[in-house]
Amino acid sequence: MKTLLLSGLAGLSLCLAAGTAAAADLTIYSGRGEAFVAPVIEMFETESGLDVEVRYAGTAELAALLQEEGAKSPADLFWAQDGGALGATDKLFAKMPAHVGQNQPEHFKSADGKWIGTSARARVIVHSPERAPADTLPKSVLGLTDAAWKGRVGWAPSNGSFQSFVTALRVKEGEEAAKAWVDGMVANGAKAYRNNVALVQAIADGEIDAALTNNYYLGRFKGRDDKFPVEQRFFADGDIGNLLNVAGVGILETSDSKEAAERFAAFLLTPAVQQYFTSSGNEYPVIKGVIPNATLTSVATVETAAPNVPLDQLSDLPGTLELLRSANLL
Amino acid sequence: MALLAPALLVGAGMLVPFVYLLARAAEADAGTLAALVLRWRTLELVGNTLKLAACVAALGTLIALPLAWITVRTDLPARRLFGYLAVMPLAVPGYVMAYALIGLSGYYGPLNHVFGLTLPRLQGLPGATLALSLYTFPYLYLNLRAALLGLDPSLEETARSLGRSRANAFCTVTLPHLRPALLSGWLVVTLYVLGDFGGVALMRYETFSFAIYNQYAGAFDRVYAACLSLMLMALAGAMLMGEGWLSRRRRFGRTGTGVPRAAEPVPLGRWRWPALLFCGLVQLASLGLPFFVILFWLGRAPAEIDWPALGMVAGRTVLAALPSALFAALLALPVALLAARHRGPLAALAERLSYFGYAVPPLAFALAAVFFALSAAPFLYQTLPLLMLAYAFSFLALAVGPVRSALLQMGQRPEEAARSLGRGPLSAFAGATLPRLARPLVAGGLLVFIVVVKELPITFLLAPTGYTTLSMTIFSRTNEGMLLEAAPYALVTILFSSLFVGLIMRHEGGRH
Repeated sequence: MKTLLLSGLAGLSLCLAAGTAAAADLTIYSGRGEAFVAPVIEMFETESGLDVEVRYAGTAELAALLQEEGAKSPADLFWAQDGGALGATDKLFAKMPAHVGQNQPEHFKSADGKWIGTSARARVIVHSPERAPADTLPKSVLGLTDAAWKGRVGWAPSNGSFQSFVTALRVKEGEEAAKAWVDGMVANGAKAYRNNVALVQAIADGEIDAALTNNYYLGRFKGRDDKFPVEQRFFADGDIGNLLNVAGVGILETSDSKEAAERFAAFLLTPAVQQYFTSSGNEYPVIKGVIPNATLTSVATVETAAPNVPLDQLSDLPGTLELLRSANLL
Repeated sequence: MALLAPALLVGAGMLVPFVYLLARAAEADAGTLAALVLRWRTLELVGNTLKLAACVAALGTLIALPLAWITVRTDLPARRLFGYLAVMPLAVPGYVMAYALIGLSGYYGPLNHVFGLTLPRLQGLPGATLALSLYTFPYLYLNLRAALLGLDPSLEETARSLGRSRANAFCTVTLPHLRPALLSGWLVVTLYVLGDFGGVALMRYETFSFAIYNQYAGAFDRVYAACLSLMLMALAGAMLMGEGWLSRRRRFGRTGTGVPRAAEPVPLGRWRWPALLFCGLVQLASLGLPFFVILFWLGRAPAEIDWPALGMVAGRTVLAALPSALFAALLALPVALLAARHRGPLAALAERLSYFGYAVPPLAFALAAVFFALSAAPFLYQTLPLLMLAYAFSFLALAVGPVRSALLQMGQRPEEAARSLGRGPLSAFAGATLPRLARPLVAGGLLVFIVVVKELPITFLLAPTGYTTLSMTIFSRTNEGMLLEAAPYALVTILFSSLFVGLIMRHEGGRH
């Protein structure tokens, strides 16, 4: 009886699995978190009547998986955390149709039309107002290697956005300077954390006084608790530490549902979705005509603060990983 | 020798990841590879990993050995209950345990929130040791408990009748008989430590697995990660060999006539209170703490819990875990039989190979399965059967353990008796041995089930797209700092697995 029951269960689960695998009209690999993405997917499913399946994991992890899968990949679309990862995988992407991303500025998408940015974010320094008041923060991210910051700074070497920043540093300041900065940070006792959330939390918990993250993480904490004891700001205008980056999507060359994937990409650039990214996600829109999020620094400020580094030049991720590995960070 | 075929099949299955990793590593340019592998950092990782393994094995033994003895051999009130509770930490996912320990202190922690205390956070080696010991000691406990239950008390009584004190008899007679249980327990715990990623990552302690995870998750570099994995497997291989060498065939089966009795419980007398305090403390730390922290989060959860979604995720988790556990138990039988009954290199190899899957870091195992499916069986890729296969192979060692111990303690006498009464080999096995293996088989299967429910890396990589399980949900939400939203899922995981722990206790070998 027990055996019968168990084999029945096994059979049932196989049917279930077959069902989940075969039913989807669109399969997305998402390096962005489920909490943030799921509402967008639901909106799209309601609007288009299509059935979407999403695979969530780290951006780099999925990029690796896509390379491993090659032509056999079930994925139709890759939604990545940062422009660098998109650049590094763009050999696998088909061209975006011309009508998708027409309404967005050039610097938010790839020059050869392989991927489009879907939301923008800036790199910032988050800090404890008590232990590291704003007026004591360095003018440049390069100043964090000073002895004054010994053992007080956190970073997330395995995080895609951080790696994109290091790539930008290499592009703008040169290999030697980038390596000197990374080694200097290590020598200065910078503490490595898992991800950006952990960095912000570690400042509140008193483990570190400042950290390098993206601009929208603090907003999530503040949204739940306005007394959360962490603040954030930019370095001086034009400093590489204020890199403006995008999360974005590319459609896979091997996709057998390109039309659905294109619909989804276009959907992400509609005003309603862009408004959601801005209001709920604390990110910046990549199209005009979105009501700004009152809790964020204005788009104009961000654009002024940002260094001038085209996102297309951030695709040398392997070189950055090499650098981080040579410093024993990976 | 009909046993050899399935056992070697198991071995072959275990070797797939190995072959994959070799193929990957071979892609590397020898010069760069040497520079990467032969550096100070590698040595540091090895050192860290071994230190952690030793600390966890030591602390785990300090917890499990007294606990097993108290709950099996003494007249402690409620010792059955303590026995159940001692296995329950198996149900606590490592990342949840580490979170609970970290979450105690900190800005949002209950200590600050309720008592206004700010403690330095646990991290590094002490933090990782504590977190890992608190949820791996049940492996040791189960092994020791089964050994104590199966031990013939007349051995100890003989020693006592020759004028030895209780403590002396325990050290000279009982402890040596616990050696195989201790060794296999240490092996399982050590392999667990080698492969654990969630706990060490949260405690920011850099072990091999942590470095490998960073390679896969934070880098495109699968080649270097494959090399690290191979080194880690070599480390695990050394552990396997060591355990095999230390527990070289000795006789632990009874040779006398008659039936073993249950031992007379030792009266604790005034030692009752320290014993109770000890059991209470262990359970407070290993179960009370994660429960308390989860309930604390639940209490502060702002939104309604989405019950239907929770139900669906839980259902999927069970549907993936049950067949895997069943399959692992089925595979375990021939391997354990070989290991317990046959000498010779092939038998030893098959058994060691069954531990191999457990020794391969789960992440490497999962990527290997991806590679294997894509190149050899595309129809399996991202299907539930592949996920189940990976689970079963990865945790086979857990199912083999209890069956092997039972076989060793049983000896071959019952079966020989059946043979002497004119039964054939198969019929004698089915009549005399198999019925007494039912309990350990079920226990092993349940153990696999529990571990699968909380398993993370394999699930993440191999689950069909859209097939989210409990562990995936907990990890992704805690990873995004949504502790409150993860709480109901963590609670369901723990409660659910706890039910099965109760079942394990019922089905454990021992008293017949």
